[in-house]
Amino acid sequence: MVKQSKIVINNMNYYYRKKQVIFDLSLEIPRNEIMAVFGPANSGVTTFLRSLNRLCDLTPEGHMDGEILLDGESIYGHASNVTELRRRVGMVFEVPTPLPMSIFDNIAFGPRLNGKKSMKEITETVERALRQAALWDEVKDRLSISGMSLSGGQQQRLCIARVLALEPEVILLDRACSGLDPISTAKIEESLIQLKEQFTIVIAPHNIQQAVRICDRAVFMLMGHLIEEGTNVEVFSNPKDQRTSDYITGRFG
Amino acid sequence: MRSKFDEQLELLNNSLIEMGSMVEKAITDATKALVTQDLALAQSIIDSDDRIDDKEKEIEGLCLKLLMQQHPVARDLRFVSSALKMLTDLERVGDHASDISEIILMLADKRYVGNLEHIPLMAKETMKMLSESIDAYVKRDLVLAEKVIAYDDVVDEIFVNVKKDMIGLIRENPNNGDEAIDLVMIAKYFERIGDHATNIAEWVIFSLTGTYKESRIMGY
Repeated sequence: MVKQSKIVINNMNYYYRKKQVIFDLSLEIPRNEIMAVFGPANSGVTTFLRSLNRLCDLTPEGHMDGEILLDGESIYGHASNVTELRRRVGMVFEVPTPLPMSIFDNIAFGPRLNGKKSMKEITETVERALRQAALWDEVKDRLSISGMSLSGGQQQRLCIARVLALEPEVILLDRACSGLDPISTAKIEESLIQLKEQFTIVIAPHNIQQAVRICDRAVFMLMGHLIEEGTNVEVFSNPKDQRTSDYITGRFG
Repeated sequence: MRSKFDEQLELLNNSLIEMGSMVEKAITDATKALVTQDLALAQSIIDSDDRIDDKEKEIEGLCLKLLMQQHPVARDLRFVSSALKMLTDLERVGDHASDISEIILMLADKRYVGNLEHIPLMAKETMKMLSESIDAYVKRDLVLAEKVIAYDDVVDEIFVNVKKDMIGLIRENPNNGDEAIDLVMIAKYFERIGDHATNIAEWVIFSLTGTYKESRIMGY
């Protein structure tokens, strides 16, 4: 049986005022895989990611046409609930954004907003999310200290845990390892590889090497156009398009 | 940490061990088929060479994927690159087992004129070299690898004796020429197998120490 794609994008165009930044993009994102979307600056990667959970709505001068389906249903349709969408499709940003509160509360924040009341349930959620983000062992004895006192790598894993606590279905990571040292990066990559068993992951990697290490499928974008999409081995061992080849071999960009 | 990488390295290690034992079996069987003139066994060696070739391709693919996806450095880089080099030697040994088997089939309707004299000894010693070179790889055993390299002289010595045996056979009766030449070829294949075992041992040493044939091939 063919696995149904988690997200389907049909003929998507995106504009900031009159300037078009994504051109007629169609793509299927398979479930339980890691998809890397990469390209040089101003290729539309971040805009693309932000449109998958409608964070783009927050940019007043931006607008989109085309269709994005999550499990077959349009996320821009009338029936769509944006808050619920952002719970199902969580995002981790380039700069870690811990809230100015304890580690525990950082993670409990979302579930509480979502109406989880019982302390037992919240405690369980916090532990599970921290374990999934490979942070539990490092912070289990000091959950009450401020999330902002953690190291950069730990803060980023805290942010991943915060997304996971909401029991999302899709996790978007926008260059989420760019400021981190190799050890923290390895820990995050390691947890992503494990997490894909349960989730669908779309990552804008901060460099090509990261994409090659962890993704199942890769998408190369250039100036708002999807240039090439394929499996890890297809794109990184024998890309079809000369522009993909030039970019990943460091010949331009 | 980097458990996907470690898994891939482990898989590479196990696959190489598996291929090593396939090749070892081919040579053991070839020796047996030679001594007993067991034609069915000789044929089965030729038939199973495809499996060794498939294994080689599979491991090559794995090495290339590791290089592409994991950018190995230091001992990991040496391990993967040695694996790629060793593979070629292992595959050639498999080919030689087939080559020997083909000659066995050609000699099928003949009884060996002389006994095989030094050839079974040569087979035994090259087999020892091969299996120790693979052992050295499996156990990361530097001393054993060095021992294999030193042992190649012993095999070369026996090969000289085989040639003398065969010259004697031809002198005795020029009609023995065909058989003598076939047997020299078999001996030559065994001698080559010894060389491949030496190559494998040299790559084991590179993998463990970064030194290949006593020089730092990657410079400083």
